[in-house]
Amino acid sequence: MSVVVKVENISKRYQLGKAGSRSLKGDFQRWWAQKRGKEDPFLSVAEASQVQDGEFLALKDVNFEIKQGDAVGIVGKNGAGKSTLLKILSRITLPTTGSIKIKGRIASLLEVGTGFNPDLSGRENVYLNGAILGMSKAEITKKFDEIVSFSGIERFIDTPVKRYSSGMYVRLAFSVAAHLDSEILILDEVLAVGDSAFQSKCINKITEVTQDGRTVLFVSHSFSAIRSLCTSAILLEKGICTLQGSVENVITKYIDSGNIAVIGRSLNLLNVVRSSHAQQLIFDSLIFNDNPLPFGQEIAFTLKLKTIIESDFSDIDFGIAIRDKNSVTMIHCSNRFLNIHIDHTDDRVEYKFRVQNNLRPGNYKITLFLRSKDVIQDWLTDIAILEVLDGNPYNFPDTNQIQGSTLPLFHLNMLHPNEKLISKIS
Amino acid sequence: MSQSSISTSHSEEPEQWDIEIKAKPSVWDIDLKELWRYRDLLAQFVRRDFVGAYKQTILGPIWHLAEPLATTLMYAFIFGSIFKMSTNGMPRILFYLPGIALWTLFSNTLLSTASTFNANAGIFGKVYFPRLIVPVNVAVNSLIAFGMQLMLFIVLIIIYLIKGTDLHITWLIIFTPFLALLTSLLALGLGMLLASITNKYRDLSKLVNVSMRLLMFATPIIYPLSKIPERYHWLIELNPMTSIVESFRYIWIGGNSSAVSVSLIVYSILFMLVVLIFGALVFNKAEKVAMDLV
Repeated sequence: MSVVVKVENISKRYQLGKAGSRSLKGDFQRWWAQKRGKEDPFLSVAEASQVQDGEFLALKDVNFEIKQGDAVGIVGKNGAGKSTLLKILSRITLPTTGSIKIKGRIASLLEVGTGFNPDLSGRENVYLNGAILGMSKAEITKKFDEIVSFSGIERFIDTPVKRYSSGMYVRLAFSVAAHLDSEILILDEVLAVGDSAFQSKCINKITEVTQDGRTVLFVSHSFSAIRSLCTSAILLEKGICTLQGSVENVITKYIDSGNIAVIGRSLNLLNVVRSSHAQQLIFDSLIFNDNPLPFGQEIAFTLKLKTIIESDFSDIDFGIAIRDKNSVTMIHCSNRFLNIHIDHTDDRVEYKFRVQNNLRPGNYKITLFLRSKDVIQDWLTDIAILEVLDGNPYNFPDTNQIQGSTLPLFHLNMLHPNEKLISKIS
Repeated sequence: MSQSSISTSHSEEPEQWDIEIKAKPSVWDIDLKELWRYRDLLAQFVRRDFVGAYKQTILGPIWHLAEPLATTLMYAFIFGSIFKMSTNGMPRILFYLPGIALWTLFSNTLLSTASTFNANAGIFGKVYFPRLIVPVNVAVNSLIAFGMQLMLFIVLIIIYLIKGTDLHITWLIIFTPFLALLTSLLALGLGMLLASITNKYRDLSKLVNVSMRLLMFATPIIYPLSKIPERYHWLIELNPMTSIVESFRYIWIGGNSSAVSVSLIVYSILFMLVVLIFGALVFNKAEKVAMDLV
């Protein structure tokens, strides 16, 4: 297979000095500060490891090649340079050094519904959005019926999209995007949108696209999505491409190099990189009684909190979400639902949760959320992976044949016309 | 597979690549073929701005006429009836309207083009298409609006002719589309030059706004050039819009022909060509880094 994307020595340097201030006044202040040997007033202290001389290296000498028909997953934690790489590949921004050569048309879907105009009808927006994504009018006309029927909103196609529910809106937007005909497709995981039925439709469509022999670049945090969609993967760490290879190797390396706090019984959450929330009170640790967990066993875990800045932590609300590989929330627990009022006053308190379940065997992602009164204190998305071991309550030999997300006990009674109850199968 | 083994696997045969993204593209790296491929997008944008802007309005695109007409009536009242400023004997409404319409075309095209990157940051940050489509779309839409205003102007001329007003319409009116296009391209060129600067320094867009208002008074819109003292003529004539406005009025309603000269029109054309080519190149270079600066 021939190489269709060739990335050579790509680096992307953001000059924290030059572009950040946005006004002549700001640039003048900066120049004045430099003159006096003071620190640049606009320089952010974040991400210090990649900052050098007021420059931030988002990508550093990235090299890789993608062959025709490959579905390549790009793995890396937030800030590793995934978005920057996508932006360069989709020609939204330029690399600082290096070059990229591409064969064929390239289309990128970093977000659905870009350029939708609320006043125009669904029909008009299909044409507009399609044109923005690079389709010709003739192409859109040819696929129009397919797009509309995929979205499932035939009846409302001539209604202005501002009257749509948000679900209808994203469904139409995704449908346009899904019918793009470019040889190379760049996808962001946020593409899977809508309710869970439509989400799985999206995932199926993406799978279909990758199996069509088209070249796909797929960015995701979800290992399962990458496992199911991609034929190989690239690992980005702090702007460096540290590994290109098989999906399993990349995921193993990603986990090994401490990029994610994954499978394991106990987890220290203090040093996890967080996005901005209040963070006066944060999660300290998460300890499972069992992980991996035998099928059907109660999920039991202990949470501890850590006070960073003293404040009033009354009426706190824990939210624990257990999501499957498609990020569908399977279980959502909160003390709120049990009407348990909690005032956190002592970091030594252990919060012990026990969750009954019959989740099907597989890996689940745990999201932890913490709120005190009206302040979101901490929010750790997909921070841990809970593995449920193979098994089912029916003593059936091959669990893979059972399709349900949950495997509850069920009963079957047969009542023959001439007999009383003859058999009972559980 | 290690990283180095990938980077060293250079294939020797010359390969045909469709897209090459280079770190430092040349200023001359302007892909007009690609622009042509995206012509359907231009059509969609024009349609969106024309149709979309007037959804849920009663008068719809007629609003394109309301604004210049209201301004014309206001000017006719203030500068004509109150301050008794000269229009070289021409009916006031016919005198002010073409100047205002041409200026609206010029300033709308220029100001929208100049703010291309900041105004479209949302969409530019998500999807690639040749950014030049956006200013061209602005120009086309402004030209459509101008076309409607021109119709209004022609209707007014007919009304005045029926009333028996003495107007000197010349065969030169066939150059009207040329004058409109000249105005539009001039504004497009200047706007593209400014776009890369306002992208970096937002406060400059305020300066551009103010300058446009001042420049309007340096264009013979509310006064004929002939009423300006001779020694200041060169200053007003430096403005490439001067000859366009004066010529437009001359070919439609006659008046003082001394204000119109071929050399001044040639000056405007050359001015337009220089800013348009230079503007397109600068814009094309700026668009590639614009999203880092927004």
